[in-house]
Formats: sequence, structure tokens, C-alpha cells
Amino acid sequence: MTFRRPTPWPLGVFLALLAFALFAAAAPAEAALQININRGSLNPMPIAISNFDATTPAMTETGANIASVVRNDLGSSGLFRPIAPAAFVQTPAAMRVTPNFGDWRAINAQALVTGLAEMTPDGRLHVEFRLWDIYSNQQLVGFQYFTTPENWRRIAHLVSDAIYKALTGEEGYFDSRIAYVAETGPYGRRATRIAIMDEDGANNRYLTGDRHLVLTPRFSPNQQEITYLAYINNRPRVYLMNVATGQREVLGDFPGMTFAPRFSPNGNRVIMSMSLQGETNIYTMDLRTRAITRLTDDAAIDTSPCYSPHGNHIVFTSDRGGSPQIYIMNADGSNPHRITFSEGDYETPAWSPKGNWIAFTKIYHGTFYIGVIHPDGSGERLLSESFLDEGPTWAPNGQVIMFWRETPGSGPQGQGTHVRLWSVNLSGYNLRQVVTPTDAEDPDWSSLGSVNTSAGSGG
Amino acid sequence: MRLNRSLGLKLIGVAAAALMLAACATTPKSTASASGAGTAQAAPSTHPMASAIIPGSEADLVKNVGDRVFFAFNKSSLSPTARATLQRQAAWLKAHPQVTIRIEGNCDERGTQEYNLALGNRRAHAAKAYLVNLGIASSRITTISYGKERPVALGHNEAAWAQNRNAISVVTSASSS
Repeated sequence: MTFRRPTPWPLGVFLALLAFALFAAAAPAEAALQININRGSLNPMPIAISNFDATTPAMTETGANIASVVRNDLGSSGLFRPIAPAAFVQTPAAMRVTPNFGDWRAINAQALVTGLAEMTPDGRLHVEFRLWDIYSNQQLVGFQYFTTPENWRRIAHLVSDAIYKALTGEEGYFDSRIAYVAETGPYGRRATRIAIMDEDGANNRYLTGDRHLVLTPRFSPNQQEITYLAYINNRPRVYLMNVATGQREVLGDFPGMTFAPRFSPNGNRVIMSMSLQGETNIYTMDLRTRAITRLTDDAAIDTSPCYSPHGNHIVFTSDRGGSPQIYIMNADGSNPHRITFSEGDYETPAWSPKGNWIAFTKIYHGTFYIGVIHPDGSGERLLSESFLDEGPTWAPNGQVIMFWRETPGSGPQGQGTHVRLWSVNLSGYNLRQVVTPTDAEDPDWSSLGSVNTSAGSGG
Repeated sequence: MRLNRSLGLKLIGVAAAALMLAACATTPKSTASASGAGTAQAAPSTHPMASAIIPGSEADLVKNVGDRVFFAFNKSSLSPTARATLQRQAAWLKAHPQVTIRIEGNCDERGTQEYNLALGNRRAHAAKAYLVNLGIASSRITTISYGKERPVALGHNEAAWAQNRNAISVVTSASSS
């Protein structure tokens, strides 16, 4: 096996992140240990994640922190059951060469993660890890990484992604971020801010103040920009913000309200709705030439547009047939056709990164559902149900969906009402609340990796 | 300037709350206003203008004309009651030709945010189109949609939702402040 460098990361000035495969102790095991991702979380795989070995107190702490983040990542997927470290027999130092597999079989671990954290002479953090199959006594995968010490959290997520991929065959999603609308203040008079955080809730920060109503933040594919709706001077318009600098601008000079923006998969366009004279149509704007193209032209409401992963189709909500339903058209607006025909309203379609599913909000008899349907209209499945579930967004690997849920308060003025982010696996298992510092709605899940130029507040 | 505008909005909220309290005493939920400025009784002491209604003002529109019309679920068609309210608004606008208004379209929480933003626009435009049909200059009326982001009534029940499916006319000309 030769040194393999994964797909190059877009590198920020402060983030030099290098990853190399580690020599395996034996030939990689072929699917000896494998999770069927479609089987859900009925039998999550027991996995032991040892604290990463280190020789200084500071690195011992870093090694423990990395292991802790990896345990949390894998546990949150619903596919793994990290074993409590109190049950571990072997110390990190005792496993520097090869673990004693019998010690890990004894606590019913099926997989084991060992690692190392150290500072290089030039002040970089060096982390390596190995994933072991306890039953075939061999290494499944191993990588090492070099980065600035503040970036230990990203390293931990990369380790999680590598383990997830080795054991499920699917790309991971832990090295990703969430943009959302943070809400504070009493229900009905909420102040809103655009916020971003890591997928696990760490490194939360706010990109706007709370003076204006802001809604629907959406990442650009490289995560360097966010497009969103802001109400400024009673002119609700779609804005474009540079995440690193905070610089923002109105997108286009539209005569009416623009909203429901999303980037095209290549980042060159923003697609959105504009309302004028009570009609709402879909437009796309070329960000380089600023040319605007109108894609729908009818008296109905056409909104919530979303490109397919290859950019050649657009899924959207329209009530042209009398009630809100999901339609697909070609990227030039031709051949619009409806794909939802069951009872109820279907809104906020989101095309999965793999292209094979479209997630939606369904409203039927006063109950809200998050569900998925194939682009040809077949295979509809509902994944969640509540008083108000809304706005699905896909993990970059297409295996997890995040959305927001309003839990109504019992007070006559809505006191006790909460709005929070939730996630559920495509299998329908592993419904769980996503931790946010405040109430939160409107999540948008970023692509994998990429630059977060403010990354570094690793604590 | 901004402070004044904000005070004006609060005052409108108080006035609206007072009106609704008078209109439907059996549903105290609907007295909730987005302003949070306090109870209707407290208003006169916090702002002397609340008790003296100036013709052509927002308070005049709210108290003597009716500033809002209501819609059925997912609908933007105008009921006979809504048309009667808009006819009074048109007459009032003709009587006060210097007044300009903004019609704010709102929705209940039983739809998704983005669809409701569009639906609120449709409702605001339906109200505007009716006023323009009655001879009010289009240039005197702007519209905006808040979707489901600015509920007037905060309960999670049909009584509250019915209050929140509306188009509210707000005086934007200088005489309102």
C-alpha cells in the first residue's frame, strides 16, 4: 500500500490539514465487519473507542477529547453503540503496537479504535488512528493527520467519518456544518439571527444581529457564502453573505419580494421565488453575470425551488393544481410535472445529495410529516410526525435528514412553545433532537469538509 | 426616527388589541398583540395620543374603519365581511387623500414557512386589488408578506389561527406618527 492522499481539502490560511493512510498491519479485511445502513438502529454495533495515546499532559487531554468527540459522533448516528470507557481493560499506551484483541472481545466490542496525539517539533498537531476488527484480529483502516492544534475537533470528525465509511460503506457526514435561524424572546415576538455550528453543535456562532427578521439561510456548496431572506426597511429580499467577512448584498433588483433562495450545485446560481401582484414565480440568477432568468410563469404559487444534485432538474412546490404539491421541471423551466398524488399538501422539497430521494413536508388532517419520495413519484415513506415538523435538509451523505419541530406550549398565549432542530435517519430510525443554544428553525446542512475560516475555537 | 416609528407601531398594537377585546370579549386569546406593549387600559397613561384619535391616523383606521380582513385556510378570496371592511377602507382613504398604507399579509402556522410567505403576498395583493378596483390609486398602497412569522394571536388552536389569516392595513404616511 502506498501513501494515499484523499481528495484535496480546500485549505484555509490557518488550516493546513494533511491526511495520510497508515500502513495496515495486515491486508484490509473485506467486509468482515459491516453495518447494513438500511437496517436502522435496532442493533447498533458495539464499538470501543480508546482515548488516544499521548506522552504529555496536554496531548493526553487532547487525545481524550478527540476520543470523546468520536464516541459522540458515532453514537449519534444510531448505527454504533460506543462502549463506556470504564469497561476498558487495556490502556492506550499498552496498545501502541497491536491491541490484545481478547481483552476487547471480553467486553463484547466488535470494533476497536486506537490512536495517538502528539505535537510535532514545528508546533503542529499530529493525530493518527487505527480501526480494528476484533474478531478477525486485523486493522481495517488507519489514517494520520497534521493540522494546527486548535483544529483537533475537525480531526475528530474526520476520524469519525473514516470509521463510518469503513464500517458502512457510505461516506460519513460528521465533518459538516449546520446553518439555521436562532430564535430568542417570547413566542410570537421572536428575534431571529442566522447562526452556524458544527454538525455536533460545537462552535456555534451568529452571523447576523437580531434587529431584522431573517429566514431560510442556505449554504453555498463551498460553505463560503450563505444566501437568506432578510426584512430590511420593509423590503423583504434575498441576500448573499460572505461567511468569513460578514459582507452582504441584496441579490438582484427585483420589483417584488424575493425569498426561498438556494444555490445551484456548482455554486454559480441562486434560485429563488419572487412575488409580484400576488403571483409567485421561480427565477434563477447567474452570480457572475447577474443575469436573471424566469423559469415559471403562471398565476399560482411556485416556490421552495431546489436543484437536483447534477443541476439539470428543479423540484418545487406549486399550488397550480389547487393545493400545494411537489413538481419537477427541467433546469430551463420546461416539462413541469407533478410527482405527489397522495392525499394532503406537499411542500418544501429537498433533493437528496445522491439524487434518488426527495424529502418533503407533508400536511394532512392537521398533522405535519417529514417524508421522502423518489423523483418519479414512487416509494413515498414518512419518517416523522408531529404537531409541526417542517423543512427537511439532507446530510451530505444522503443518509440523515434534519428538520425543525414546533412543540406547542399549553399556555393560552402560546407560552411554553418551543422550536428545535431534530434529525432522523433515512431508515426512519434514530429520531433525536439536535442540541442548539436557543430555539432554532430552518436548518441547512452543509456539504462535507471545506473551509471554515473561523474554525479553530476547538474548545 | 427609528425610535418614533417603533413607538408608533407599539401604539398601533395597543389600539388593535383594544379593538379586538371589544369585538370578541369571549375569546381573550385574541387580545394578544405583537407589540407586547401592555394592556389596553395601560395605553393612555403610556402615550397621551392613544386617547385622542386624529382623523386619517392609524388609530382612526383601526377604531372607526377596521384595519384588517380575514381569510379561510390556504385561501386568499375575500368574504362578504372582508369586502365590506375594504369598502369602508376605500371610503376612508378617499376622505383622507394624503394617507398611504401598507397591507401586511399573514398566515396561520398550519402551512410551511415558504409557502406561507407566498400566500401572505397573495392575501395582501387581494386586498390591495380590491381597494384599487374601488378607485384608490395603486401608488398609495404597498404590500408585504410576513408569512406565519408575525402571528397576532398566539394560541395553537383554530380560534387563534383564524385571527392570524389576515391582511392588515397599516398607515405609512407621515400623518400617522
